[in-house]
Amino acid sequence: MNFSIYDFTSFTKWIDNALNSSMSPGWAILVELVIIGIVFIAFYAVIGLYLVLAERKVCALIQNRLGPNRVGPIGMFQTIADLIKLLMKELIEIKHADKFLFNLAPFIVIIASFMAIAALPFAKGLHAIDLNIGIFYLFAVSSLGVIGILLSGWSSNSKYSLIGAIRSGAQVVSYELSVGLALLSVVIFSGTMQLSGIVESQANGWWIIKGHIPAIISFLIFLVASTAETNRGPFDLAEAESELTAGFHTEYSGIKFAFFFLAEYMNMFIVAAIAATVFLGGWMPFHIQGWEGMNNVMDYIPPFIWFFGKTIFVILVMMWFKWTFPRLRIDQLLTLEWKYLLPINLMNIVLIAFIVLMGWYIK
Amino acid sequence: MEEVFQDVIIKNSDDYIINMGPQHPSTHGVLRFELCLKGEIVKYIIPHCGYIHRGIEKMCEKDTYQQIIHLTDRFDYLSAHINNEAVSIAVENALEVEVPERVKYIRTIIAELNRIASHQLWWCAFGMDLGALTTFFYGLRDRERILDIFEESFGSRLIHSVNCPGGLMYDIHPNFQQKIKDFIKYFRKVLPEYDQLLTDNVIFQVRSKGMGVMSKADAISYGVTGPCGRGSGFSCDVRKNHPYSAYSKVDFKEILFTEGDTFARYKVRIEEMWESMKILEQLVDNIPEGNYTAKMKPIIKLPVGEFFQRVETARGELGVFIVSDGNKTPLRVKFRTPNFSNLFIINKIASGNKIADLVAISGSLDLVIPDIDR
Repeated sequence: MNFSIYDFTSFTKWIDNALNSSMSPGWAILVELVIIGIVFIAFYAVIGLYLVLAERKVCALIQNRLGPNRVGPIGMFQTIADLIKLLMKELIEIKHADKFLFNLAPFIVIIASFMAIAALPFAKGLHAIDLNIGIFYLFAVSSLGVIGILLSGWSSNSKYSLIGAIRSGAQVVSYELSVGLALLSVVIFSGTMQLSGIVESQANGWWIIKGHIPAIISFLIFLVASTAETNRGPFDLAEAESELTAGFHTEYSGIKFAFFFLAEYMNMFIVAAIAATVFLGGWMPFHIQGWEGMNNVMDYIPPFIWFFGKTIFVILVMMWFKWTFPRLRIDQLLTLEWKYLLPINLMNIVLIAFIVLMGWYIK
Repeated sequence: MEEVFQDVIIKNSDDYIINMGPQHPSTHGVLRFELCLKGEIVKYIIPHCGYIHRGIEKMCEKDTYQQIIHLTDRFDYLSAHINNEAVSIAVENALEVEVPERVKYIRTIIAELNRIASHQLWWCAFGMDLGALTTFFYGLRDRERILDIFEESFGSRLIHSVNCPGGLMYDIHPNFQQKIKDFIKYFRKVLPEYDQLLTDNVIFQVRSKGMGVMSKADAISYGVTGPCGRGSGFSCDVRKNHPYSAYSKVDFKEILFTEGDTFARYKVRIEEMWESMKILEQLVDNIPEGNYTAKMKPIIKLPVGEFFQRVETARGELGVFIVSDGNKTPLRVKFRTPNFSNLFIINKIASGNKIADLVAISGSLDLVIPDIDR
């Protein structure tokens, strides 16, 4: 396999060496952190804003209408205008609210999604940190966000917010299991928790193809469970617009509301990126063993296009079922997890372990 | 009958009370539910109405009969024409005026169009209540076509007040019949989409089947009429039981379901849209020639006495009771609006369920709040 044309390892090494040669190692790390921070903030803002626009366009497509089309060509700058509006809005102070926690909650939500981006491999050598327990880290970090949601619901001093937050808590605690087990199936297949290792293991075919039916089951369970974990429709019980007005963020206004809003879309991006990385090969091009000509052509498509293409595909699927399904009820939601997804998932894990033991998958 | 009085609510001071409304997206207006929650479960519901009370019945006492028509638009604005029709027929019957056949046909056609439009809007809003946001745009897209027909003929879309005692204000537009035929052709193709999008969805069926079961006895004792009553097997279609206008001349089924749950009420309305289209097809080509209004005196004075007329609106039975002392204004007018009766069964059928079910059940009752408050 020839990935050298798009190998970013030498590029990042070169930056690292240049910084280390010009200053002491401590300062070099500090400068690197600042660079990565700035890059990620910019990335976060752009992705967040354009996912909002994408969602509005996709839902407009599903609903027989045009969607935003006034600000800029095909409404390109609509979300930027919305952001400016939100920035200028008054931050309403709630009486008898726990001010400290009320102000802290949006930051916890947004920081949790920030931390998850750090581990995502966008291309070969293009990730902020390549932990050897990458999946475990993503799994841990992505569940931090619910603390922010619980805090926001509790500190708002509003009954609607509280109900939304408690629902969200129950939901995330339940679906975390399915997300973890679904990811575990690929860990069993590839034998590593390191995200770059998982991507490398898919050089001769993505796990969803190599792992046969058990991998497809895992992928579907991951898709359902991660939608539930990000509080998106049809599992948006924490917001439940028709029941709880806006659920946990009812009392938030202005930029604090925007933080929740952006974090929701970033979380969607993150789970889609995880699904793309773990099941669909991440930045790895589409390869079929033996077809060298096609494989070489595929190699010429840059890896970040593969990565974003797959991520966008998963995002589109998630948007599609958000805009066509009605919302589940809380007890049906928990029934789905504990009575259906979890047992299926556990059996699936046993099956995968057996398949790996017998070597019945495409190596 | 004794079980009717068992749901008298006893409040405790330590109940967890939450206000749903008057400003809440799924009460469809300024209705307030006082809910007592136990976790997610609703223990009891106290509906508070009156936030949009305008005293229409009192206002009617100082208006002439022609003016009353315009007030009746404002209670159930989604079946505005049918409300107008009730007062018009009541006044005509009191005066013993024979209206031309043409008027009866046109009134029935507009009423059925109005019923379809109303059920479409209900379908939009019901989907929204359950969290399926796309239904809203599908329904409004089709409703627009009906409103366009109204706009072309009567110059107004929602509350056109085209009825007056004795007939209609103006004749129909030359395109009226052709447009209706086009609409029926279009809507017959589009209505199955409603089933594909919502009715056949597994989540929707799980959320609506077996939820908020209303027995036939409950429906009768609470006076629940319209699609809600018919969903429980209560044969209460005024069009069938006490035909008025041109309903005696058309062949249509009264839709009856016996389950009494949210899904049955939903199915009644979907089937009624099909039936309304059948009625329209029978009438639209056969509108007789003639005058669009009977000859009426400019000042209508009803004889002394009491007059009652009932009609079937999109939500149930609307009764108009006029007491006249022989003047040009009535002495007293009483409207029996369907939603007022339909609302108060909510505690009976929704308590003990989850909050999400309360929203679904109140959505399936198809409440229009100005109709409750008048």
